[in-house]
Order: sequence, then C-alpha cells, then structure tokens
Amino acid sequence: MKVLVAVKRVIDYNVKIRVKADKSDVDLTNVKMAMNPFCEIAVEEAVRLKEKGVATEVVAVTIGPKAAQEQLRTALALGADRAIHVETDERVDSLGAAKALSKLVEEEQPGLVVLGKQAIDSDNNQTGQMLAALTDLPQGTFASEVNVDGEKVKVTREIDGGLQTVELSLPAIVTTDLRLNEPRYAKLPDIMKAKKNRWMSNHRQIWVLSLPAR
Amino acid sequence: MSILVLADLHEGQLAGATASVIAAAQAIGGDIDVLVAGENVQAAADSAAKLDGVSKVRVADNAVYAHQLAEPMGKLLLALADDYTHVLASASTTGKNVLPRLAALKDVNQLSDIIAVESTDTFKRPIYAGNAIATVKSEDALKVITVRPSAFDGVGDGGAASIEAVDTLVENTQSTFIGEELAKSDRPELGGAKVVVSGGRGMGNGENFKLLEGIADKLGAAMGASRAAVDAGFVPNDMQVGQTGKIVAPDLYIAVGISGAIQHLAGMKDSKVIVAINKDEEAPIFQVADYGLVGDLFEVLPELESKL
Repeated sequence: MKVLVAVKRVIDYNVKIRVKADKSDVDLTNVKMAMNPFCEIAVEEAVRLKEKGVATEVVAVTIGPKAAQEQLRTALALGADRAIHVETDERVDSLGAAKALSKLVEEEQPGLVVLGKQAIDSDNNQTGQMLAALTDLPQGTFASEVNVDGEKVKVTREIDGGLQTVELSLPAIVTTDLRLNEPRYAKLPDIMKAKKNRWMSNHRQIWVLSLPAR
Repeated sequence: MSILVLADLHEGQLAGATASVIAAAQAIGGDIDVLVAGENVQAAADSAAKLDGVSKVRVADNAVYAHQLAEPMGKLLLALADDYTHVLASASTTGKNVLPRLAALKDVNQLSDIIAVESTDTFKRPIYAGNAIATVKSEDALKVITVRPSAFDGVGDGGAASIEAVDTLVENTQSTFIGEELAKSDRPELGGAKVVVSGGRGMGNGENFKLLEGIADKLGAAMGASRAAVDAGFVPNDMQVGQTGKIVAPDLYIAVGISGAIQHLAGMKDSKVIVAINKDEEAPIFQVADYGLVGDLFEVLPELESKL
C-alpha cells in the first residue's frame, strides 16, 4: 500500500510572529521556517506504517514556493521514499491545496493519505476534510491511533469530551492530532543525503509539478 | 439572508455551544434554521426549538446520521445548503470534522473559528494561535463558517420555533462507528464553564491534580490542563486548553504550575480574570495574569482550598 503524506512549510512554532506595518499580512521576511508540527507527526506515522510492513512506499508532497523543498528534504531524511513538489508562489488556500492534492490522489492512487489536522499559521483545520470530500473518500480526523487491517483502517479520534473510534474503508484520509506519535529527529547522515541531488536522483526524487488551475 | 445552523450534540443532547452559534447567526442577520441530525434526537430538537431567534428546527433523525459521521453529514448538508446563504456550525470537533466537506462539495472556502461578525460577508478570525487576527471577506455565494463558541454569548431559551422532519436520506458504506470513550464528570463542560482551574507540568504527576479537584469543586469550576501536562500523561487529552485544544474564555481562569507557552495562552487569554500560581516569577503566564502568586503550589493549593 502506498501512503501519501502532505506537509506544509510554516513559520517555526517557536517564533514570535509580527504583523506587517500595513497590516496586510504576517511578516515572513527573515523568519525561521519549519515543517508544520502536525505534518511532522503525519510523516512519522507514514514512516512507521512502512516500518511495520503495512506501507510499501511513502510519498511526501508539498505545495508552495521553491523554498518549501527544504521541508520535502526533511521528509526524505525522516524516511519518505519519494517527494513531489507542487510549485507555486501564490498564496494557496485550503480549497486550492485540497484540489491539488486530489489530482495527486488520482495519479498516485495511494491506499492512505495522511495530513496534519491543521497548520499552525492559518489554523484552518480544513484541507484533509476537503480532500476527503473531493475524492469521495472517508476521513478519520484528529487521529490519536491508526490501525490498518486488510481493506479497512480503524482510527481513534480525539473528540470533545474523549475519544471516538471509527472504521473506514480504504483508501481513506487521516489527519493527525498531537498524541498520534512522537516524531523522531532526522539523523545527520540522512539529512546530508537528502540534501544531495545525486543521491536523490538515484533513490529519492523531488518531482516538480505545477498547480492545477482552480 | 437565510442561515442554517448545524446543532452541536453531546451524547444525543443539545450542546450549549449551539446557543452561541445562533448568537453569531443573529449578528449576521436573517432567518435562522437549526439542523438537528443524529439518531433519536427528538429531545435535542425540542431544546433547539426553545432557543431565541430560531425560525425553524429541521430534524434528520435516522441511523445513518448517528454520531454525526462526516461522510453522511457532508452529503446531508449538501442536500440542504441550496436553501441558505450561510451555513454555520460550532468549531467543535464535530463542526470542524463535517463542515469543510460541505465547503469542498460546494466549491467554496470555509471560514474557520470566527470570533466576530463585521457584516454579512466579513468576519474576524484568529491566526497564528491568536497572535494575529485576520479580517476575512468571503465572496463565495455560500458562506460556510465555524464559530468559536466562547466568543459569542449564547442566546436565551424563550423561543418556540416550529419543528419539521427532513426526509433526505443518504448512503454511507465508507465509515462505521465502533465506539466512544467519553470522560464522565459532574463538573461543568470545559468549553462553557464560568470558572476553569488548570494545571500544568508543574503539578508533577496525575495524582497531584487531586489538589486542584478540591478547589474546582468548591468553585464549581471545570478542570483544564496545559499540553505539557497532557503529553506527560497526567490527565486525558480532552482537558487540554490551548491553540489545538479547547479555547476557553471563562470569568475566572486559574493557572497552576503552567509556564504560559504562547500555544497555551492562545486558549485562555480572553478569560475575564486570570490568576496564575507558579514558583518561577519569570514565567510568561504572569504577563497575562491579572493576579499572580509566586510560590510553591504544593503549599499554596491546600491553603487556598481551606480558605474557600
């Protein structure tokens, strides 16, 4: 089973943000960027599924400017087999991201798509659910446990007041909550390998695709 | 304007957040219908009909809507949405789960977690854990919105709306409800409580939360926790207050042994009075606190409880 995992480049969660003087947006110049923490959990879960022998291939994807390849390299260093960069300099909203991802789901035919439940910049908490609707697939949002069993996946969800468990037919969309796992740190040799194009062209590739028109 | 509000249910009963969402709908203006969907939800529908400002309660009572699973709920809302200019739900885990599906199926964006209504198409919502507030205008024909309940005072219950059945039935072969583990508590629900007592990593372990329980009981307070305390396994996740947990705005918030990371502040800084107890006088929680006590919580808490 192929697992597609989506990651987003955001301001590092430790950075105190500043609003631009004209109040048009948050100031992103010279600010430390990182992979969205919920996306780190998504990558970790996908890699663990591969280590358990459930997933055969982990494909990481991001949508964003050229610099977002840094986050794809992080995903590769953490154990993703392949990465896809949907390159755009435009601001991408949740619906736009979900549409781009739905095209990739069509092309890649993954058995499971794992995303973070929300990005810590826009705090929208929408993309996974929208992707599920656009692809007409079931969703297990805010997951604290994911168990793939044959043609089904059981997802335990963090809901108001406790936990809920649902069983979904595969393929399915899962979004991660904080307690799904504790992401590992990438090992330095893997980070160095992921930075080298030669190594990537041999084993792991970043494909650059353009964003489908809305 | 015509607005559909998806009622929030908790164990089959109408959740308090629904009254806050209706208050947000009133701020937009127009006819307000409430959709109560689930299995055996007549009691919830009756409660919804009593809320002020509601024109009509629409009830979809069928096994396929039990537990409000996202897949059938998205289709149900899609079938009903054409009658409305706005569809609103609480930014609860149900609203957040279901509403983006409707938005995607209608090819519109969703406005998440709004905290103020500026006009029929312009709203305020927090971004970056509430460190910035975005004013967002939607030009979509259908506005799909989740509402932060703590930002709106709920409407009263002097109404008498009509109740009508919705006979739309959808299929769901994709998802099955397996089970639920809900925390049982006699305390008020965290999201709507007037007083919240929260503990952080400084509590040391789960056993020590008993020190807070006594105080919470005397104050009639809900109990909360910081992410650090939840991650350390002291308390269950549904107690987490913060950017990705519950957002609360009680009259009184007591933070004990919580340093005050921005992600936690995002969940409680709109509280009317904030009291912080921490042994580290440099802790950032003191910057948002109205009253601060620098001291050892293991000495302070028993003393506080004895004086209440």
